Amino acid sequence: MTAHIGTATSRVDGRAKVTGAAKYAAEFTAPDLAFGVVVSATIPKGRIVSIDAGRACAVEGVIDVLTHANRIRMADKDEAYRDEVAPEDGAPYRPLYDDRVHFNFQPVALVVAEDEDTARFAATLVDIRYHTEEFATDLHARREQAFKVDKPVKPRGDATKALSGASVRHDADYGVPIEYHNPMELYGSTVLWREGGKLVVYDKTQGVQNVQRYVCGVFELKEGDVQVMSPFVGGAFGSGLRPQYQVVLAAMAALKLKRAVRVVLSRAQMYGLCYRPATIERLALGAREDGTLAALTHEAIAMTSQHEAFSRNDIGWGEVLYASANSRATHRLAKLDVPTPGDMRAPGAASGVYGLECAMDELAVALKMDPLALRLRCYSDRDQDKDLPFSSKRLKECYQQGADAFGWSKRSPKPRSMRDGRELVGWGMASGAWEAMQMPFATRIVMTANGHVEVASATSDIGTGTYTIMAQVAAEMLGVPLDSITVKLGDSTLPKAPVEGGSWTAASISHAIVNAADDIRAELLKIAFTMQDSPLQGLSAEEVTLADGAVMAIADRSRSVPMADIMRHGGMDRIEKERGSEFENDDQHAHNTHSAIFAEVKVDEELGVIRVTRIVSAVAAGRILNTKTAASQIMGGVVMGVGMALHEEATIDHRFGRIMNANVAEYHMPVNADIHDIRVIFVDEEDRIINKMGIKGVGEIGIVGVPAAIANAVYHATGKRVRDLPITLDKLLG
Amino acid sequence: MSPSRESAAPLTKPAPLSVTLRINGESRTLSVAPWTTLLDLLRNHLDLTGTKKGCDHGQCGACTVLIDGRRALSCLTLAVMKDGAEITTIEGLAKGDELHPLQQAFIDHDAFQCGYCTPGQICSAAGLIAEGKAKTREEIRELMSGNICRCGAYPNIVGAIEQAMGGGR
Ligand code: FES
Ligand code: FES
Repeated sequence: MTAHIGTATSRVDGRAKVTGAAKYAAEFTAPDLAFGVVVSATIPKGRIVSIDAGRACAVEGVIDVLTHANRIRMADKDEAYRDEVAPEDGAPYRPLYDDRVHFNFQPVALVVAEDEDTARFAATLVDIRYHTEEFATDLHARREQAFKVDKPVKPRGDATKALSGASVRHDADYGVPIEYHNPMELYGSTVLWREGGKLVVYDKTQGVQNVQRYVCGVFELKEGDVQVMSPFVGGAFGSGLRPQYQVVLAAMAALKLKRAVRVVLSRAQMYGLCYRPATIERLALGAREDGTLAALTHEAIAMTSQHEAFSRNDIGWGEVLYASANSRATHRLAKLDVPTPGDMRAPGAASGVYGLECAMDELAVALKMDPLALRLRCYSDRDQDKDLPFSSKRLKECYQQGADAFGWSKRSPKPRSMRDGRELVGWGMASGAWEAMQMPFATRIVMTANGHVEVASATSDIGTGTYTIMAQVAAEMLGVPLDSITVKLGDSTLPKAPVEGGSWTAASISHAIVNAADDIRAELLKIAFTMQDSPLQGLSAEEVTLADGAVMAIADRSRSVPMADIMRHGGMDRIEKERGSEFENDDQHAHNTHSAIFAEVKVDEELGVIRVTRIVSAVAAGRILNTKTAASQIMGGVVMGVGMALHEEATIDHRFGRIMNANVAEYHMPVNADIHDIRVIFVDEEDRIINKMGIKGVGEIGIVGVPAAIANAVYHATGKRVRDLPITLDKLLG
Repeated sequence: MSPSRESAAPLTKPAPLSVTLRINGESRTLSVAPWTTLLDLLRNHLDLTGTKKGCDHGQCGACTVLIDGRRALSCLTLAVMKDGAEITTIEGLAKGDELHPLQQAFIDHDAFQCGYCTPGQICSAAGLIAEGKAKTREEIRELMSGNICRCGAYPNIVGAIEQAMGGGR
């Protein structure tokens, strides 16, 4: 039998992607396609007083200018706009609904024309007058007004008292700025209009069924009237979890004009979508002389919009990583006149663990301890908040294997004590953690007598490798070659799947496939055992396996019957089975992935230029389905972590409440020259508790801890602690 | 309040111009507005959507194609200025079923995830190899830095280019 699970299999959609055949949302077309270009608000808060579209409409080729004043009917209840991942509290933003402006770059009109150039030109001619109201966009200015949100992390002991009595204390604020996902594909939707007002929607999204329900809700359409597809997604990183406004605008235009409409946002307009919220991570640690923690407090103050309370788990990670008898964690939100923040790769953890792991490094300095030794001293075998053991936690092995691969033992402890020519060298490390979640997914497998297998689910592949792991699991379970499998996903008419996020897709979809494959197997065996002259007669289900396109005896592989023969004998052209992922609820354990990150930086002493020359990321994330694509996931997380540490920041001019670097040249992201050696290690972790296959997921864990490891390395190189990200050379030299 | 439609006299667009390009070996004559970029011509007029739009401002490299063998940003190139030019896009690299060595190397090295920057990366790498300037990993990194990959596949992209240059692992 060929093993597929756990191998370094190349992407099954690779050929489509390297030849340009893979089609993304804005690349589907229709003979009656019109092009919509969005006009964005230029104020952060207020009211639209007037819209003069006269000049725009006068341009030859312009079909219509849609605004709140001439829009078609839309739902008037918040529930219709509350998608499956919307915050529970608040009123979701309604695109083009009324004259209110809630944030800068909010869409206020859609110019539709026969071709894109014309629409783009005409959009510049729409004259909009606003009444601006008083606004606030600065988290730091609103820090005192932040309100406390209910978080499940419970206080333990008396952290205040323990802190004041601790022999060594460290207390500081760490700042994370606003960061944007900036996937390379622009947000876009192509909506085809069908007779009778049905819509076929190609959308850039991480959840086709989420968008499908949302579009139906917003325009009060019947479930069968809207199909949403997204076969390829040019990156998302969380930005496509909630439906974005371009799909509303494109659908509205299609419904109104009764023809196909495509709307693609400009790069600048994507800064009116969601983002990683700026946060202040306030950490206070109190330790005994031996390094054990007496107290750990973490307070996060994050921004959100006026209309929705978005918050994630920034503050609970100390409970997962370190033992401390006393702890307190609080999360506050400051409401600002901005779009609602959203999930961006490891939401909460990327920011919270940055603060926590820098604070641990500073504590190690104060204790004169090696930073890794301090982590081991404080190691926790239990999730202290849940008061539960872990289903598995091979973090110690991550520390060990990561440190060995990096050469950590050769680190000289004093800052500024390592050098390479004119550059100061710094070595830093950090821990990481994420949740290992699983969700109800369904999948349908169809096996046809010609040996072909189709595996289908409404999930997505946003570059994560879902197509490939689905094919691998099906190939292994059904004993057929990889190339006889077709994977279908990104279509709302397929079996149920939630949004692709939270790193839960790999575990969830794999179990659904295994269950459906089990049913197909049972069907095949029923016939195989009873066929006349079957060489398998007398065997039990446990004694046979599916391999090489046949059912065969495990003990004697020459006793086998080709699946095609079995199906022919049973008079079947196809076997079709649909099953769910069916997880048992385990409330006896905490479920997490863990990592240890080691970073080397080189800093030009005179110029302050920082290079991240080496990163080792050792990850314990259960069973790895595909070592090739999973390593790419971790690597991608590390690269984004380098960006978070050194480059990324959306800067608002608070006088105008507007982002000043809304592009990809001045919003810096790592380019090829910024990235040097990255080594990914998957630590063997067999988890028999979490789920049958022991899968945990790898989409988020790669970024967690990376910014802290780099910040700690910069401190080690220079002796200067920069706590507000990104660590740019002006902060280092200033 | 409704958008007013009366106020202005009709605005006429500039007259279309004729342009002839050899695209992936095939001669195409089109009539396009003078403001139409090569990128929009490929994507909107010819449905050659392999060439991607990531910014439309020359900042990301997703739209990289080869113009007369040299890598260029099609979003910053007005189509009418390239009359008579030879354009190679991602769709023109493979020979039938046989992938271009760079395409195969990108698959082998998992040099992409979402695949959206990939056509631009591959065309840029083809141009880079033709330029003959990059010899080391360091030089490849530097000379491939006009192509952003938000999925962060950079080390694998460098590995793939090394393989295609013949010095690869
Ligand atoms: S689309 Fe041309 S450089 Fe970004
Ligand atoms: S592969 Fe997604 S941006 Fe490069």
